[in-house]
Amino acid sequence: MGLTSQSTGRSTTREIFNIKRNNNEPVIALAGNPNTGKSTLFNALTGLRQHTGNWPGKTVLRAEGSFIHNGRRYTLIDLPGTYSLLANSADEEVARDFICFAKPDATVVVVDATCLERNLNLVLQVMEITSKVIVCVNLIDEARRKKLRVDADKLSKKLGVPVITTAARSGEGLPRLMDVISDVVWGRLTPKPKLVRYTGEVEEAIARLEPKVRAAVGDGINARWVALRLLDGDTKLVQAMEKFLSEKEIVRVAQEVLA
Amino acid sequence: MNNTVSLGCLTNGSFALVTELVAEGLTRRRLLDLGLVPGTKVEVIRRSPVGDPIAFGIRGAVIALRKEVANKVLVNPL
Repeated sequence: MGLTSQSTGRSTTREIFNIKRNNNEPVIALAGNPNTGKSTLFNALTGLRQHTGNWPGKTVLRAEGSFIHNGRRYTLIDLPGTYSLLANSADEEVARDFICFAKPDATVVVVDATCLERNLNLVLQVMEITSKVIVCVNLIDEARRKKLRVDADKLSKKLGVPVITTAARSGEGLPRLMDVISDVVWGRLTPKPKLVRYTGEVEEAIARLEPKVRAAVGDGINARWVALRLLDGDTKLVQAMEKFLSEKEIVRVAQEVLA
Repeated sequence: MNNTVSLGCLTNGSFALVTELVAEGLTRRRLLDLGLVPGTKVEVIRRSPVGDPIAFGIRGAVIALRKEVANKVLVNPL
């Protein structure tokens, strides 16, 4: 018997997140800072009318829809807008738990072309959790109006992940975005995120911790990232792991580290 | 740097550079995530009618912070 989603435990984790899995449809997550046009992009791709509005906290939980590209159906999840995945608020926890535990087949980080710099923090954080990242530089029409030029190729080289410019409102760049999503999902394109390297001391601690974490949780979630969070004293992540993973071993490892 | 003040004390329309965050834990993390790392230029845009919260221009976005939180950001006025 091959590795079905049942046997690898992925379907059970996704069931907790209430995702209807039809014929192993790939799951794509939309993440991004507040007010970068995630919901507009979501609507443009799915044809749905998810409420959009210009105020923070509009997408309180998450919306789900689907789109068809080259005859294949993809499930799209619109996550709440966050500045970070480091679990300060309920929104951030929803986004983090989803990317970390539901393991989407690709995560599209939507960033605002008019204030790119401040959006890259989240991009780096998502890249630390998963390598299947696509950066969507949205609101490119507004950036043009402000005489800003975004060098997508250079950004892509620097980050090690594909970068697509879009204007979700007018539909610009969406066919290309869907092409790249499918390339990443089906392995025709493998993003190689350039990860943040920390100071010697921190890297040393990660190196010591990572094998222990991997032994406890397997390859289910990114061991380097969990090690980093534990070093940060992130107790909420440990709670989340208790909820989403059956292994109790990690809790023991975590308590050891935090002690 | 003897003219360091907290961000909440600046008047509307003024600019400052972040020098230090005196917050810890999640508040610190939050401020860093909003882009308030040392060296960042911040503009005081306006105040709500009661003077709290205050809207700041940080790295291209307008962000409102409670005075209590803004005072944990130490800055050098420009």
